[in-house]
Amino acid sequence: MIPARFDYHRPDSVAAAVGLLQQHGDEARVVAGGHSLIPMMKLRMAAPAHLVDLQGIAALRGIEAGDRIRIGAMVTQSEMLAHAGLAEAAPILAEAARQIADPQVRNLGTVGGNVANGDPGNDLPALMLCLDATFTLEGPEGVREVAARGFYEAPYVTAREEEEILTAVGFDRPARGFAYEKQKRKIGDYATAAAAVLIGAEGGRVVSASVAMTNLADVPVFSAAAGEVLLGSDCGEDAVAAAVDAMQGDIDPVEDNRGPVEFKRHVAGVILARAIARAWSRV
Amino acid sequence: MSNRMHLTLKVNGEAVETLAEPRELLIHVLRERLGITGPHIGCETSHCGACTVDMDGKSVKACTIFAAQAQGAEITTIEGIGTPDSLHVLQEMFREHHGLQCGFCTPGMITRAWRLLQETPSPTEEEVRFGMAGNLCRCTGYQNIVKAVLAAANELNTVKEAAE
Repeated sequence: MIPARFDYHRPDSVAAAVGLLQQHGDEARVVAGGHSLIPMMKLRMAAPAHLVDLQGIAALRGIEAGDRIRIGAMVTQSEMLAHAGLAEAAPILAEAARQIADPQVRNLGTVGGNVANGDPGNDLPALMLCLDATFTLEGPEGVREVAARGFYEAPYVTAREEEEILTAVGFDRPARGFAYEKQKRKIGDYATAAAAVLIGAEGGRVVSASVAMTNLADVPVFSAAAGEVLLGSDCGEDAVAAAVDAMQGDIDPVEDNRGPVEFKRHVAGVILARAIARAWSRV
Repeated sequence: MSNRMHLTLKVNGEAVETLAEPRELLIHVLRERLGITGPHIGCETSHCGACTVDMDGKSVKACTIFAAQAQGAEITTIEGIGTPDSLHVLQEMFREHHGLQCGFCTPGMITRAWRLLQETPSPTEEEVRFGMAGNLCRCTGYQNIVKAVLAAANELNTVKEAAE
């Protein structure tokens, strides 16, 4: 459980951190809360020669919760859970954050680390797909914005370039009907299946719907088809069943210690139906 | 070749300095370099919470923090919460309510509960269970652990009211 040796850096600006990444290339990794990277380093599945700790960069903290919501990369899951403005503007974030790991892990685990790492088991990537968020990336060429829905390419492979740092996530204030529903074997486990759902309604009918799933493929899954099926419906039994069917066409679970494929597909269906029902009850 | 760094911490109110490699885990620095053996190593994979310490006012798992990340931090361990001669209310309540069996998880449990009761001074049972979810007891003595934390909250609030 002893990681390989590394040199430690604690820059105080994004520019300085990017400079370190340029200087050390693929020998360097950034660390935010460390609760994804450090376990990988202990197993020596990751062995960066240079560790660039982002904790000293004040610009990466802070939450803005107006009509547009912006969350700095170093905001922890505990901070997200406790933020009154966020609870009002986008309560789906707190509902998801509550279901990530445990208090000690949430005290260090960050938004940026959770979304940038590219682990399909993480909860916030699917949530960001559901919210149609954009990620802000800063590198040697400057700042650019990337849509979350185009960010995840393969496990641990994202649209982020090696010398870029993900500095913030942003999204518009979401629809009122929301739910993040997660099935896990125990506290601290990744999801067997989880669903993020946002629904807007007028006159008893769905006018907007967004569905994304966690840990049911090698990347987080945005199911445009499931959302489309719900549009115009009253979220009744038939509509929910059709949305679950549509979602099944977008996921691609594999057998592992959380169960065989059939079981995961079954759980995914149950979880999505629950999430839609809860989101609908809140519109 | 070692690349040790001067690590400066405040541990249980005292400034301490030691040499440590950046890759050393905080729990190893505390136990092996500073001789603070209250926080235990259980799973060493950030699940069990036996290594829980308080860092800059937050409960954390010291097995998943590099020494270098803790540079400059203020740490409280079970040794800073109570002593054998002067037990903290939480320790008294764990004793009274049989909140421990083998005792291995207890330092982490109490260190976490100590912070929880500062964050949420009058928790419901559900809030105690949610707030203590990062600490596992292999003897599965959770009922009495929850009872002990609730009793300690009650006791601390009574003392506080009496003082006001």
